[in-house]
Amino acid sequence: MDQLLALAVVVPLLAAAAISAAGPLFGRGRRVLDGAAIGVAAAVAVLLLIIMFRTAAGDQVYWFGGFRPARGIAIGIDFEAGPLSAGLASLAAVLVTAAMTFSWRYFERVATYYHVLMLIFLAGITGFCLTGDIFDLFVWFELMGVAAYALTAYRPEERGPLQGALNFAITNSIGAYLSLSGIALIYGRTGALNMAQIGEYIDRHPPGGLVVVAFLLILSGLLIKSAIVPFHFWLADAHAVAPTPVCVLFSGVMVELGLYGIARVYWSIFGQALGHRAGISDVFLALGVLTAVVGALFCFRERHIKRLLAFSTISHAGMFLAGIALLTPLGLAGTAVYVAGHGLVKAALFLCTGIILHRLGSVNETWLHGRGRSLRVTGVVFTLAGLGLADLPPFATFLGKGWIDDSAGAHGLPWLMAVFIVCSILTGGAVLRVAGGVFYGLGDAPSEDPAMAKAADEEKSETDSGKQRTPLTMIIPPAILVAVAFAMGFLTPLGPAVEAAAIRFEDQPGYNATVLAGAHLTHPVAIAAAESTGITTASVLAGAGSAAGALILALLALYWRRLPLLRRGYEPGTGLTTVLARFQSGVISDYVTWIVLGLACLGGVLTLVLR
Amino acid sequence: MAYIPFIVVVWILMVGLYGIVTSRDLIHLIICLIVVQSSTYVLLLGVGYVTGAVAPYFYDVPVHTPAVDPVVQALALTDVVVEAAVTALLLAFAIQAHKRFGTLDPHELASLKG
Repeated sequence: MDQLLALAVVVPLLAAAAISAAGPLFGRGRRVLDGAAIGVAAAVAVLLLIIMFRTAAGDQVYWFGGFRPARGIAIGIDFEAGPLSAGLASLAAVLVTAAMTFSWRYFERVATYYHVLMLIFLAGITGFCLTGDIFDLFVWFELMGVAAYALTAYRPEERGPLQGALNFAITNSIGAYLSLSGIALIYGRTGALNMAQIGEYIDRHPPGGLVVVAFLLILSGLLIKSAIVPFHFWLADAHAVAPTPVCVLFSGVMVELGLYGIARVYWSIFGQALGHRAGISDVFLALGVLTAVVGALFCFRERHIKRLLAFSTISHAGMFLAGIALLTPLGLAGTAVYVAGHGLVKAALFLCTGIILHRLGSVNETWLHGRGRSLRVTGVVFTLAGLGLADLPPFATFLGKGWIDDSAGAHGLPWLMAVFIVCSILTGGAVLRVAGGVFYGLGDAPSEDPAMAKAADEEKSETDSGKQRTPLTMIIPPAILVAVAFAMGFLTPLGPAVEAAAIRFEDQPGYNATVLAGAHLTHPVAIAAAESTGITTASVLAGAGSAAGALILALLALYWRRLPLLRRGYEPGTGLTTVLARFQSGVISDYVTWIVLGLACLGGVLTLVLR
Repeated sequence: MAYIPFIVVVWILMVGLYGIVTSRDLIHLIICLIVVQSSTYVLLLGVGYVTGAVAPYFYDVPVHTPAVDPVVQALALTDVVVEAAVTALLLAFAIQAHKRFGTLDPHELASLKG
């Protein structure tokens, strides 16, 4: 039954080919093809969910062409599915289904290639999650990338999408090539491309400088994909201009895939050889915290709703990286749940933004102030999703972040909780400020920033705006996503199962035995002790506190001009805004310079740490 | 002498990155991206090279003849395919940029709001 793993990639790829071939045959009846594409995405989602539940007992391995390992040496190419990898892939499939359903009425004229690209994108994501081969990781990375670049420039007749897609494609391609160089080096050293095989080899031989260089190079592509500061600049450009349903996938899963790649590569190849040193943990914790704070600050000052959500994604990517960097099972389990909750909630927020764009024809928060009063249902969904983003119990975001906090606290990092709370308040506050201003007309409109307003007003032609009512196909997907994120918070009885999955993910000898010897381990060995997955009072207080803090911050941002002390015409953070804007120049050469500088620094620090 | 290919790899990579950072023309920039990728071809082939070995097709040669590693060649071919797709897409973007906005300068394209 392991063939299911291959089907999860083959089905969307074949369907994409069939749909693009059948496109010309269905001149008028294009809707049939759209429906078929949605059906395929939903089928893949079900398939991946089945795989996820099947792997709860033990990881599944599928060898293409039946080339099983001979005497412990991998000669074929494998797919390896565990609950976490299959879970991430099924999250992607669910979001693709939601986004394509949303698109049914969203675009004026949706071309067939939109659905084809979405299916290829989904196949790339699934392959990336399931592959057990390091070179295929690069291939799926680029396949996913090419579909994503093309989707970003869905409206190539405008400046924004074109520029965003160029920046996105060039930065990510550079990252992919650096990763490939690392893969070539590691192949030269080990003679293997299978991740388990490489891991076993470099564990048995003393790791030299070459292994560290290869580690850094492979990570670089994944760090760029996951938008970790200072490699994050492309993200806001691309997210702000891609069609809104595509942003759902970019923010909901694509960024997280980079982080998944980092975790996969670390736990199946390098972790044991590098000795799981505290130094590695510290480096990535620092990167994560930096990203979380920078993303949150950029998020709060933004007036372009899509860019605002994009910066919030950067902030969350930093928090996820910090969760992974704890190197504990509970930290990883918490990150997995947090990623799922965040993906669902963020997708709902983007879809609601799509509805705003569809009905009101703008994503400029200042202009929209008070104009969204008629969108009652959308307003409720958006507000709930915003509260979910601010970790209100019992959303899944709260559950996942609570686990990360618990694990950090148990390992002598209680300050991480404070960082998380501040970032959640800033990003949640920004989203709730939009909700309060646009849908309920609270307070005063935020001041106009000419550059931001121009960029926001550019966002028009992708949708047939000015419609009198919201189609059901547009409001139901976000509502369901928020409901699922809410319901997932009640899955606390499944906590031990998620943690067991995380332990299995982090058990490198177990992974090697599963892949290379076909063993099914019932008792994986964790490198750090399992911790309680119960909900602590502290985490409830932290979650409720950050949601309340976000609400207060949002109200302050809306009403601060009416406060007697501040009625001076002063806009908080104006000086800061120009400084921050200078970093986000939109010019590709600046971004590449940052990438090179960042890699040089990261390389230096890693060398020092691993000396 | 075995390290010479790797010096070449680093050199090509740096030249390509320098070109991307200083480029004022999209076509030039895309070519520089190809240069960056070319470093991976040299690296892959350098990794698999065996001095004095034959090309890896095992027809009409005695058994146990040393051959260079065929796997890296397969990887390099896959790499070429990936590059073809990415480059084609990027060049299509560049053509669109030139058609619509009459410029290929990334700086002008970035400052051209609206």
